[in-house]
Amino acid sequence: MYDVVIIGGGVIGCAVARFLSAYEGRVCLVEREEDVCCGTSKANSGLIHAGFDAPAGSLMAHYNVRGSQMMPELAKELDIPFRRNGALVLCFEEAGRKTLDRLYENGQKNAVEGLEILTPEQVYALEPNVEQGVLAALYAPTAGIVCPFLMTIAFAENAAVNGVEFRLGTQVNGVTPLPGGGWTVQTRSGVLKTRSVVNAAGLYADLFHNMVSAKKLHITPRRGDYCLLDHTAKSLVERTIFQVPGKQGKGILVTPTIHENILLGPTAVAIDDREGTNTTAAGLEELLAKAGSTVRNIPTRQVITSFAGLRASEDGREFVIGEVEDAPGFYDCAGIESPGLSSAPAIGESLSADIARRLGLALKTDWVRQRKGILDPKKLSREERNELIRKQPAYGQVICRCEGVSEGEILDAIHRPLGARNFDAVKRRVRTGMGRCQAGFCSPRVIEILARELGVGMEEITKTGGNSRFIVGTAKDRYQGGIADEAD
Amino acid sequence: MKQIDIVIIGGGPAGLAAAIAAHDAGVERILVLERDRELGGILNQCIHNGFGLQTFQEELTGPEYAQRYVDMVRERGIPCMLNTMVLDISPEKVVTAMNRKEGIFDVQAKAVVLAMGCRERSRGALNTPGFRPAGVYSAGTAQRLVNMEGYLPGRQVVILGSGDIGLIMARRMTLEGAKVQCVAEIMPYSGGLKRNIVQCLEDFGIPLLLSHTVVEIHGRERVTGVTIAEVDDSLHPVPGTEVFYPCDTLLLSVGLLPENELSRDLGVEISNVTGGPAVNEALETSVPGVFAAGNVLHVHDLVDYVSQEAAEAGRSAAAYVKQGTQGHRQEIPVSLSGGVRYTVPARIRPEAVQKELVIRFRVGSVMKNRFVSVYLDEERVIHRKRPVMAPGEMEQVRLKAEMLAGHPGLKRIAVCIEEA
Repeated sequence: MYDVVIIGGGVIGCAVARFLSAYEGRVCLVEREEDVCCGTSKANSGLIHAGFDAPAGSLMAHYNVRGSQMMPELAKELDIPFRRNGALVLCFEEAGRKTLDRLYENGQKNAVEGLEILTPEQVYALEPNVEQGVLAALYAPTAGIVCPFLMTIAFAENAAVNGVEFRLGTQVNGVTPLPGGGWTVQTRSGVLKTRSVVNAAGLYADLFHNMVSAKKLHITPRRGDYCLLDHTAKSLVERTIFQVPGKQGKGILVTPTIHENILLGPTAVAIDDREGTNTTAAGLEELLAKAGSTVRNIPTRQVITSFAGLRASEDGREFVIGEVEDAPGFYDCAGIESPGLSSAPAIGESLSADIARRLGLALKTDWVRQRKGILDPKKLSREERNELIRKQPAYGQVICRCEGVSEGEILDAIHRPLGARNFDAVKRRVRTGMGRCQAGFCSPRVIEILARELGVGMEEITKTGGNSRFIVGTAKDRYQGGIADEAD
Repeated sequence: MKQIDIVIIGGGPAGLAAAIAAHDAGVERILVLERDRELGGILNQCIHNGFGLQTFQEELTGPEYAQRYVDMVRERGIPCMLNTMVLDISPEKVVTAMNRKEGIFDVQAKAVVLAMGCRERSRGALNTPGFRPAGVYSAGTAQRLVNMEGYLPGRQVVILGSGDIGLIMARRMTLEGAKVQCVAEIMPYSGGLKRNIVQCLEDFGIPLLLSHTVVEIHGRERVTGVTIAEVDDSLHPVPGTEVFYPCDTLLLSVGLLPENELSRDLGVEISNVTGGPAVNEALETSVPGVFAAGNVLHVHDLVDYVSQEAAEAGRSAAAYVKQGTQGHRQEIPVSLSGGVRYTVPARIRPEAVQKELVIRFRVGSVMKNRFVSVYLDEERVIHRKRPVMAPGEMEQVRLKAEMLAGHPGLKRIAVCIEEA
């Protein structure tokens, strides 16, 4: 019998797991995919919002502001990159001034620090590439950027080290109450019994909720297309540039990423397909046009990839968090759309405390709060780096040219807790294939390393699990001797 | 710090030819730095023949062509470091590199030859809508998997773009038992060599769909098909012309981009047209003592021209080591007209040309029965008929030193395409 089963290995499920791992108790996280961070958490803007946007008094506002406050210390504890780069909401039309004022006041109510309304001169001094004609802007210096993959993975690794059991590649098919309390969670590979369930199933959270509650939820996937620009474009903007928001969300933004790319997006299109992460020609066209209306000189020739993410938008347009009234021991984390990433730390902290109290779980005395990330040799001094290469020569071998990733980092990604099992899992951990050639050069080498380290054939290696194999067979006259390094 | 006369960045065809020529011009201390595990660069995966007709008057495969240069390098005892990635080149020509054995190390060079080659444009650069499944490969990646690693990346293939690697891979995949359904090309003409269209598509009955492109990629895990549509004159898909092609693989052969990240960081001026350094007649970049050749300079069609060009860069680097810079003072920019997209060199110091200067260029569209002309001031010194010119094939003219000598105080050098 588990104390808690968490359904879903996105940023919310992993955050809950991480904070729950501070308590005694048997916790298991079940995830459909082969890795954590495979749904909404992997395809979003990567922002830690300041919190001026969410309606005052809402759960969104509460968790967002608290999450943002937690980030600096959390980033240190979990060894993940985070930077407060600041955000600007630009107003180009008279009608928008009211919205700016409303946002400012809302932000004050939410206790967001440092908000200011800027004049056009101040805006252009901060961001010279902003399009002409700005009337005013709201400036939020506490807004920040984070790597959504590393944040989710760090939560998960830290949870795993502290004893949370991860069942990856395990789809949940149903949840039913046990007579006398508790739940059974039916998975593709067996039944789990548990005292409580955390529903962090993202786009599918309404399905699980509706299995146990008479009060129904309804989630609509809202697709957002994005374009990512090469590092060469990084000087375009320093802060996150929003337009005055509309009904469908925060509009198209232009932002640096924590890894010094420029990200444009997202569009906002309500769709039916919970797996509909395909970009569309219309979406990409719209986002390039709208991004171009706020920032000048966007070097669209330096787009290196485009992708789409789905926000799990509940009909109430509010987070649904906490124990379900008519299903004791079943906890929702549903309707987690923007600012979900920003809120994840606070949701994890608060929900885990609620659950622990309810189940009577005591704090561990030996909880490991710190997590050490994958060593990035580029952050070392040359002496340190050479010492590292002397000890582990794999750190001297560059595999991904564009992002400068060494074999040593890839080995670390594969062999650490919850290690990478497929190409995209390596990519999310160390950025192989994230650069301008989009894995043209490094993919054969990464596939080879994965096959060697996992002890399987190259044919077995997938892009992202399931049927996403790279290789379908061998060439007719395959040379079996391998490729030997030439003596040098 | 290790002192080297000429450091050559890249051990592909350009780097090897530059090393040999520099050595033969009397420079002893040469070092070739290669990031891959063997010399020869992309030639190693080009196992088809057709290389070397100009250089060796023989039809060689890529690896055979490469091996001849590797042998020449070995005969001369030129040191080459493999699995070695160059991280930085400073304006003082300190080259910083890294490998497993030495860690990060510096080499002080007197001259540098940039020979890093090019990379393929990716799907991302095209912004093709759809899912992002496995099975979308750049043609060169697929070529490496098939020809060097011995794996088959797919069985039912659509190829987007008719660049030479895509054409070669259409044949290769067919020979490996895959079904290549078609090659879609967004332009009204192919970007590849005529001989490749005949030998790789026509001989195998593979249709070439000109003015067509892939408008959507289907399949969540692995490619299940692509939608191809016709495009109009402004290259926009024409609604209603979409056709679904079931396939498990999409190969992209949609252009090559010179890899100049190191050059940019060094401060070398880069041409917007070629994506490579703007060079003078010595193939010297805007940074004195830094030369460039091969696909890092501009994308070539034949490796033979890469070897010729790189030998020139090697000789220029050797001259620089021996004599120092000749200055950039009297460089005359080459002016272009009539559909010439660029020339290499882009600038010429007339007095520095010995015997003759090969000017290489490409045209922007398919042209028939035109003349290639070169003007020195107002005098037309070259006027050569070309029955057909196409963007996929590199053109060249040879400017003789005596032509230049006949124009003291020369102000203008122009390369033009003229009507018959």
